[in-house]
Amino acid sequence: MKNRWITYPYIVWMILFIVVPIILVLSYSITLESEQGLSFTLENYKRFFDPLYINVLIHSINLALISTTICLILGYPMAMIIARAPIAYRNMLVLFFVIPMWMNFLLRTYAWMSLLERSGLINRLLTSINLPSLNLMYTNGAVILGMVYNFLPFMVLPIYSVLIKIDKNLIEAAQDLGANDLKVFLKVTLPLSLPGVFSGVIMVFMPAITTFVIPRLLGGGQFTLIGNLIEQQFLSSGDWNFGSAISMFMLVVILFSSGLMGRYDKDREGMGLW
Amino acid sequence: MKNLKKRFIMFSFVVLVLFTLTGCGGDGKITINVYNWGEYMDETLVDEFEEKYGINVNYEVYDTNEAMYQKIKPGGVNYDVAFPSDYMISKMIREDMLYEIDFNNVPNYKYIDDKFKYLEYDPNNQYSVPYMWGTVGILYNKTMVKEPVDSWNILWDEKYEKQIFMKDSQRETIGVALQKLGYSLNTRNLDELEEAKEELIKQKPLVLAYVVDELKDKMISGEAALAVTWAGDAAVIIESNPDLAYVVPREGSNFFVDGMVIPKTSKHKKEAEMFINFICEPEIAFKNTVHIGYSTPHMEAKKMLPEEVANNPVAYPGDDILEKCQVYKDLGDMVKVYDRIWTEVKAAK
Repeated sequence: MKNRWITYPYIVWMILFIVVPIILVLSYSITLESEQGLSFTLENYKRFFDPLYINVLIHSINLALISTTICLILGYPMAMIIARAPIAYRNMLVLFFVIPMWMNFLLRTYAWMSLLERSGLINRLLTSINLPSLNLMYTNGAVILGMVYNFLPFMVLPIYSVLIKIDKNLIEAAQDLGANDLKVFLKVTLPLSLPGVFSGVIMVFMPAITTFVIPRLLGGGQFTLIGNLIEQQFLSSGDWNFGSAISMFMLVVILFSSGLMGRYDKDREGMGLW
Repeated sequence: MKNLKKRFIMFSFVVLVLFTLTGCGGDGKITINVYNWGEYMDETLVDEFEEKYGINVNYEVYDTNEAMYQKIKPGGVNYDVAFPSDYMISKMIREDMLYEIDFNNVPNYKYIDDKFKYLEYDPNNQYSVPYMWGTVGILYNKTMVKEPVDSWNILWDEKYEKQIFMKDSQRETIGVALQKLGYSLNTRNLDELEEAKEELIKQKPLVLAYVVDELKDKMISGEAALAVTWAGDAAVIIESNPDLAYVVPREGSNFFVDGMVIPKTSKHKKEAEMFINFICEPEIAFKNTVHIGYSTPHMEAKKMLPEEVANNPVAYPGDDILEKCQVYKDLGDMVKVYDRIWTEVKAAK
């Protein structure tokens, strides 16, 4: 352990930009400003349990779960296709998958706006073949589409990286013992790839539940999600204490759900998060 | 909160010092931070100012008064010039966030129309220089709306389901509902506010989206039939799409004045005053007005405008319309009630 000093800059970095901010947020969340000055309170947390805010939370969890599920359904086969491709193609396929991520996230979301809107590409195509145009923008569907599109790589890549590491001999052994393709998948490939699935699920669910840009742009501000609620507390209402309380609450929700996922993954690798 | 905010500022300061210690130097020029609304200035003027005075300008934008206030309040960034609206100016004055402007350094102030001086939000004319003014009204597409538009009620007409844009800004949107009901924009009556909330929730299924600056492009391309917007934006939009028209509803509306102010975060008050004075140069004010389309309080700039602009009722409405309009007042603690209503409307399904 001679080189321990190498970690010092990282520790300083962590303290400055992770530990201190979290302590600040925590201290905002348990205090209240009044005429008499600062006082300790749990009022901010209590306020969150108002049905108004709980409904926002439920709606956010719903949308995040739906997006995560769609990402999983689309992402798993995709990861398998990439993993099974010949090596020469494989890297190219991964590259294709990653290239859009090099572009700015906002730009990609704006691009969806010009595809989905009433005078957008999709509707122009529809009307040009005499079909009625659709209301695509500013709907739940548009928000979910935006999330799936933006977060899909976070599902595919972890699953892919676990899949390519699976020992081919295990699959061959299963086939030698007479298992058909479905059985090989269910009994060998799927169980071995679960760590990738878990980390993919977490990597998608976390940003999906807290995003505020996607519902703002593609949802047209009609869908207040938890991220928008927090943004509103800081940017327009100026209630930093309540905003911090919601943030702390979300931190606990995410920690809890990641922890739950982590339990299934004790002795396996692939969980980059812990 | 004050204490905590101070702690937060201290913390940011320490971090800032730690990370800028090595980054000193530069070209020795002074830099001022200008914080304006999005699409609210001809930005080539900023370059012109930089060249003329040898001062760097760091130009940033916001899209609501509230967002601007929240960014200036904690004092993390040293903004030197900002452009709040009337009610926000009075709030900032009350909270001692603004410097008194030294009008010896802003001689061009004499060009500002007296109508815009000594208004209620800055009664002694110490803290702000009027920048632009305008009204809130309905922008509509004549090809989609065949009937005459003269009332806020049309925004509740089911014929226009999913063809209406509302502002993603609480005072504007709650204000529309209040005026539809015939109440004051500045009401502190909880029953009236509750009614306004019900109206907005009732309207929500008809609304296509709540937006701010995106509205311009979308109305030009014909995304929606009706939109609540500011007269200045409307003037620019109508230029790009003559099918559109703008009207201030008969129930009345909001009349606003945006002013240039110097927040107490400023480290370069003198340079900030130079900037404000520069913006009030007749030639510059004229260019700026033509570019952004808002109504100028600058008499010389207005004289230079082509007749069809200066007489355009969208940008320069007659007194009969202005009489019906109200200025927003700072709500003080009532802001929390407005905020709660706004959250309820936005979270309603």
